[in-house]
Amino acid sequence: MTGTTHLRGRRGALWLGKFARLVLTVAVTFFGLLLVTFLIGRIVPVDPVLAVVGDRAPKSVYDRVYIELGLDKPLWEQFWMYLQKVFTGDFGISFLSKRPIVDDIARVFPATLELATVGIIIGTVVGVPAGIWAAVRQGKWPDQLVRVLGLVGYSAPIFWLGLLGLLVFYAKLHWVAGPGRIDIAYEYAFTPKTGLILWDTAMQGQWGAFANAFSHIILPASLLGYFSMAYISRMTRSFMLAELAQEYVTTARVKGVPEWRIVWVHALRNAAVPLVTVIALSYAGLLEGSVLTETVFAWPGLGQYLTNSLQNADMNAVLGGTLVIGAIFVGLNLLSDLLYNVLDPRVRRRA
Amino acid sequence: MSLLSVENLRVTYPTRQGPAEVVRGVSFTLGRERLGIVGESGSGKSQTGRAILGLTPKPGVATADRLEFDGIDLRQADARQWRSLRGRRMSMVMQDPKFSLNPVMPVGKQLMETLRTHGTPRSEAKKRALEMLEAVQIRDPERVFRAYPHELSGGMGQRAMIAMMLVSAPDLLIADEPTSALDVTIQIEVLRILDKLVAERGMGLIFISHDLRLVSSFCDRVLVMYAGQVVEELRAADLHNARHPYTQGLLNCLPKIDGDQRPLPTLNRDEAWTK
Repeated sequence: MTGTTHLRGRRGALWLGKFARLVLTVAVTFFGLLLVTFLIGRIVPVDPVLAVVGDRAPKSVYDRVYIELGLDKPLWEQFWMYLQKVFTGDFGISFLSKRPIVDDIARVFPATLELATVGIIIGTVVGVPAGIWAAVRQGKWPDQLVRVLGLVGYSAPIFWLGLLGLLVFYAKLHWVAGPGRIDIAYEYAFTPKTGLILWDTAMQGQWGAFANAFSHIILPASLLGYFSMAYISRMTRSFMLAELAQEYVTTARVKGVPEWRIVWVHALRNAAVPLVTVIALSYAGLLEGSVLTETVFAWPGLGQYLTNSLQNADMNAVLGGTLVIGAIFVGLNLLSDLLYNVLDPRVRRRA
Repeated sequence: MSLLSVENLRVTYPTRQGPAEVVRGVSFTLGRERLGIVGESGSGKSQTGRAILGLTPKPGVATADRLEFDGIDLRQADARQWRSLRGRRMSMVMQDPKFSLNPVMPVGKQLMETLRTHGTPRSEAKKRALEMLEAVQIRDPERVFRAYPHELSGGMGQRAMIAMMLVSAPDLLIADEPTSALDVTIQIEVLRILDKLVAERGMGLIFISHDLRLVSSFCDRVLVMYAGQVVEELRAADLHNARHPYTQGLLNCLPKIDGDQRPLPTLNRDEAWTK
């Protein structure tokens, strides 16, 4: 008994050490991220004072704001102030909307989150089986088909596909709703809580509004899904080809295991380990808010917000948005690391 | 009636320079005995073993005038028939447990899979899997059952592999260099276990190896392969009476513990052997 408790205690210590290292890594990453965004904010040829006061302000007003913004202090002190503000959740005020950046991002981010999530689900559900299919039928027509579709998805400009999609499925066939997230008629049929319209309407049982929102999201989400599917199917194909050439696959065949089980259980379970990272990074890519898709579909998301802020020299908004995107990348990387632990026993037991 | 009869087995791979024949007309019969196949790498011994199980890797093609296992014509077997034979009536132990076991599946589950594939209920499969682990002299079967392959040593892994291949009590076992990846001290142990189980269960064994001395001490009969052909077939006890110059050459090259040979003998290859 003492032996096992001793072991358990040691394993606990290992976990603690692992956790501490994780926290440290995240902290260092965030510090770097903050430093870079701060420096970018200082390097870009945008005068933050002019953005606040406008270019017709008298010299006295300009000087007062200059001091208010702390621009007279040394750079490291400005960075320190920036850090303090960020830690209290204060990213400053948007010059454009005159509202706190945090509120702005809380408003636009759910739109992007919803679009990206539906997109990555489509991309994964289609991309992974397509990649497996291509790998199993390597060199035959399914393989060629998946590869060509992937190549097209990868190389065709997404805004062009978006416009084409709108023209065909919205304007001509009337299969889907047009730009925007939901029709005006349904906009007040539900109370927005999370900002995820599909979620909110479903939770409140507003199925009419849900169907309308779904009809709005399906085209841009399919487009993003196709884009990520192109990458996911390619990677799935090559991971599966590598796994199917392994000796343990021969072992399974020697045991008389049916081919579907060899593919879907033995090989896929091994290919899933690197695949998780691929999917997580694709998801992060979509969460950045794809500017072109959001513009074409008038989708009020992060990408559109950032582009708009950048064009209007609203540096606080740009820096805040960049931080959010950075945080998403760090978070998804952490998540895929955790999933690695779940999926691969060789990583799991290593300290 | 013999368990396995092979006549004029040929394995061909298409290459850019035209088809390359790696097994060129191998014939032999096997009863419930231990048959050794020796040869250097590339001699076609592993390809012969895989062709018997119908597992010639694509795009290779195996043909034979006769390939019969216990009265079943394997040349006519469809995928379904192959699946019902493999794992249940014939199986194969491969070289290195580091690669031949699925790294993300617990050993016990892989063991049970052999039985479950052929319709054994779960609880019985588990019981038999644990018994089999004990039969390959694993001291803590419960622990190994739950363990992942990377948590086992090479010797333990290979024993688990042997257990996996023998758990369904097949009639024919092909052991393809089963000890080459193991430490010398563990090799003997694993061989003893294999020998004991094969003898107890009265199955046919094809033991593929490049180690002439090992094969001759372990098997009843030996086939010597060179460049895809069987150049000599003899009883293991008669190895010193080998006729073929290749076998004689190999035997001459074995180091002797007494006697100082200088210069060390080498093998002089003759083009005629490949004809």
